[in-house]
Formats: sequence, C-alpha cells, structure tokens
Amino acid sequence: MSRGVRTDWVTHTVLALGVLLFALPLWLVFAGATQDAAAISRGELSLVPDPGGFGIYAQVLGEGTRGGTSVGRMLLVSFAMAMTIAIGKIVISVLSAYAIAFFRWPGRGLAFGVILLTLMLPVEVRIIPTFSVMAGLGLINSFMGLTLPLIASATATLLFRQAFLAVPDELVEAARMDGAGPWRFLVDILLPVSAANVAALFVILFVYGWNQYLWPLLVATDPSLDTVVIGIVKMIGSETATEWNKVMATAVLALVPPVLVVALMQRWFVKGLADADK
Amino acid sequence: MNRRTIFPGVALPLLLVAPQLALTGVFFLWPAGEALWGSTQRQDAFGLRTVFVGFENFAYLFEDPLYLQSIGRTVVFCGAVAALAMGVALLLAVFADREVRGRGVYRTLLIWPYAIAPAVAAVLWLLVLHPQVGLLGRWLNRHGVDWDFRLRDAQAFGVVVLASAWKQVSYDFIFFLAGLQAIPRSVVEAARMDGARGWRRFRTITLPLLGPTMLFLLVVNVVYAAFETFGTIQALTQGGPGKATETLVVKVYRDGVVNLDLGSSSAQSVVLMAGVVVLTALQFRLSRRRDLE
Repeated sequence: MSRGVRTDWVTHTVLALGVLLFALPLWLVFAGATQDAAAISRGELSLVPDPGGFGIYAQVLGEGTRGGTSVGRMLLVSFAMAMTIAIGKIVISVLSAYAIAFFRWPGRGLAFGVILLTLMLPVEVRIIPTFSVMAGLGLINSFMGLTLPLIASATATLLFRQAFLAVPDELVEAARMDGAGPWRFLVDILLPVSAANVAALFVILFVYGWNQYLWPLLVATDPSLDTVVIGIVKMIGSETATEWNKVMATAVLALVPPVLVVALMQRWFVKGLADADK
Repeated sequence: MNRRTIFPGVALPLLLVAPQLALTGVFFLWPAGEALWGSTQRQDAFGLRTVFVGFENFAYLFEDPLYLQSIGRTVVFCGAVAALAMGVALLLAVFADREVRGRGVYRTLLIWPYAIAPAVAAVLWLLVLHPQVGLLGRWLNRHGVDWDFRLRDAQAFGVVVLASAWKQVSYDFIFFLAGLQAIPRSVVEAARMDGARGWRRFRTITLPLLGPTMLFLLVVNVVYAAFETFGTIQALTQGGPGKATETLVVKVYRDGVVNLDLGSSSAQSVVLMAGVVVLTALQFRLSRRRDLE
C-alpha cells in the first residue's frame, strides 16, 4: 500500500513540473503585462501582477503600440481569417468528398489524385511562385488573398471521404426509397451523421488559420490587414523602443482565443488530431 | 474502396468538386509549375532578361557551401527539435497514463500549448530569455554566463530549438498517451507477473509496443521543424546572428523575398518540394501501420 502512495508522489511531481514548464512563460507574460514599461526595460519584471495595471488591455485593444494598428482590429482580422479558412475548408471538402464517394464520373480518380497532390505542396515550399501568381491575380493586400489560397485542403477531403465511405449502404438505400435526391440526402442525413467529424476538424482548422504567419507576412503588407500574430512580431521588431507591457498584453490576447477553442472543445480536438493524421 | 450504392449523374458531382479543383489549380499546381519553370531560368545582372539555363541553378545550389551548410543546419535543427519534444512528451505521457488523481486536469493543462502560434511561442520565450528584460536571461547574466542569444551563434540556435520543441510537446504527448492506452492491459499484467517492473518493463514491453507511434511522430516532428518553424525563427533571430539559425525555409525567404534572387529561390523551392514528397510518402505509410485507439 505504501508503495502505491510513493508512486503517486513521483507521478504528481513529474506531471506538475510538466504543467509548470508550459504555464510559467504564460504567467510571466500575464504578470508582466500589468507592470510599468520603463520598469520592465530596466529589468525589474516581477512575477506578481500589479492589480492596478489591467487597464493595459483596454489601452492595447483600443490603440495598439505607437503608430500601429489597434490590437482590437488585429484580433478581428485574425478571427475573420480563422473562421473563413475553417468554414471554407470544411464546406469545400465536404462537397468534393461527397462527389468522390457517392458518384461515379469520368475523371474521378484523376481529380482525387490532384487534390491529394496539395498535401505535397505546403505554403512554405512555394513561397515565391504563389506570391507571383497572387500578384498576377491582383489579390495582394486583400482579405481574399489572405484566405483563399489556404482553403484548399487534401486532409479534410480525405477525412470526409473516409467518413462517407463508412456510412452503411442500407442508410443510403432507405433514403433513396423515401425519394430523397442527392442534395436532400447530403443535408438531411449525411451531414448530421458526420457532425462529430465536422466539429473535430473545425477545432484543428481554426487553430491552423489563427496561427498562420508566413502567408500573411507575404501577401498582406497593408497594416490594416495585420493579424494579431503578425502584429506582435512587428512590435518586437523595433528593439530600441519596445513597449514591453504592451507586447505582453498582446501576447496574452493573441493566444487566448485558440487556446480557449482547444480547451472547450477538447474531446473533438483530440479526435480531430487523430483523424487528421490518418 | 468504393460504395455499392451511388447516385446517378455526372453534372452534379463535377459541380461539387469544381471549387476544390479550382483552388487547387490556381494556388497549388500553377505556382508549383511556375517554380519548376523558374528553376530553369536565370536573370541577367540588371534583371532585364531571363534565359533558359537547364539544371544550372541546381548545380550552383549544390556547389554553394552556404546552401550545403543550411542543409546540414536544418538536419541538426530537426533532429534536436524532434528529440527534445518527443523525449519530454514521452516522459509526461508515461506518467499521465498512470492511475492518479486529477488525470483529466493534468491532461488539459498539458494539451493547451498546441493552440499557441509558433510565432507567439517565440515571443513568450523571447520575454523569458531576453538578456535585459527576461527573468531567465537576466539570471544567466548575473551568474557569470555571458548571455545574449541575439549575438552568439550557439545560444541563438539553442533558443530556437527550445522554443520550437516547447510548442510541439503537446502534440507528441497526445499521440504517445493514445499509444500507451492502446497497449492491452493483459500484456502489462503478464509482464508484472513475470516480475518486470519500472525501467525494465518500460524498456522491454512498453517501448517496443510504442514503436509505430514513435516512427510516425518522428516524421511529423521533422516536417514540423523543417517547415512550420519559420515564424518562431523569424520572431526570435530572423535567421541570425549571421546565418546561425538560417534553416532551408528561412533561406528561401531571405533569398527570394529579401534578396530577390528568383532563379535560385525557385530551385530551392523545388528541392523543398522533393523533400516534402518523400516525407509525406513516409508519413502515409507509417500512419497506415500505426493503430490509434
């Protein structure tokens, strides 16, 4: 019995250290945001938040740093971008997976192959050519340019195809006996059956969209299109006059939305991760 | 694999795949083609004329000591990030798999960093390790370490590895935990009966059974470190000091966007594509063997 108790202690210690490893940097930033910028620059950062300093959040949301876009606006751009990418990817992938799983048409195999090819071409490896294509289409510095190229997705198509193939034939037969056409079948039966897949994928894709850095950096130089991730890296760029408390407040604001989505939808999130990498 | 029951019609399915195919064509195939084409071109010194040079750009690339160094640096970087992230994640997963009070809470508190953007993770670590502002950075300087990762190569490399690995631990943790939970209780019981416990049981029973998960995660971590850490590196060091943290993706960005050497950067893009193709094929094979749940 005493052995069991001792094991417990070790386990708690290791896990608590793990939790601290993640929580400490976050706490430091949370506490630092409330403190005086000049004091932080002098190296007098304290781990105890100043209760009178929480006004910094309102200040940052309203006006950002000197001459910069307001963080409120950046959050709005980030949110719009994450939602557009997540929903866009889901809609487009559901439609194409439906066409591939439930219909037989010439060029089906080829189309599926082409979609799978996109797996091999992440933004990071086609930075320059994609940019020149975007420039040719006049999509630089537009919300469309920010989101559209990130919406095509092989992973989501694969996932939905897999889920659709697992739908029992009897269900399809029954629907057809009842006179349901392909559209009614999709909306009334297939989508409700796949709701868990949609939720799982949404969590993953929202985080993916929110966290984009390289693509927005390339395609949107207009400060009014700055996402919060772009904005915060810009803030630390000007080394000499960095307003550290504002940087820290912005860091907190930049990570709270995706962390909340993951924490609140944890069950779907873990399922989504497992699905997305099959 | 095909369904037995399907819907008739050709126009409708074509309409349904059209948006996906259009996006794929315009934003993936076209740029990839342009990269392939661009990699065979070279601009003259004034950028006025481009000529076809065949594989010359690639030949230059692989003779360029700076490029070869960047390849080596990227390999070391990927190895370090993967080893660090997977090591910590495995340790945490083994303990989180035990019967312990508050398991669910621990799990949530270990999973959330997945949601942090690589660039924001970098900002957090910058604020910890900054030589004048960061708690840890200041502490190091007070204790006789000449700490400024923006000036010293090895320190810069270490910081970039640390920030990149830190963010990846949660992902690895989730998969290791799932792998551990998939090990049948009967196997663990049998090992216990045979008197295997602690480290020996872990080494002879658990570790081999985690093999597929580990291989899969190794590939995923390498892909992450090679391609998704641009934001981390850009926020912390911009590839510097000098070229100390210039991985292949950072180099494409520097050569193409900053220095506008289009021929070379296209050739570099093509090399990276080849790398992704190999890694993706590996990942596919491994994930089909891996049995989650």
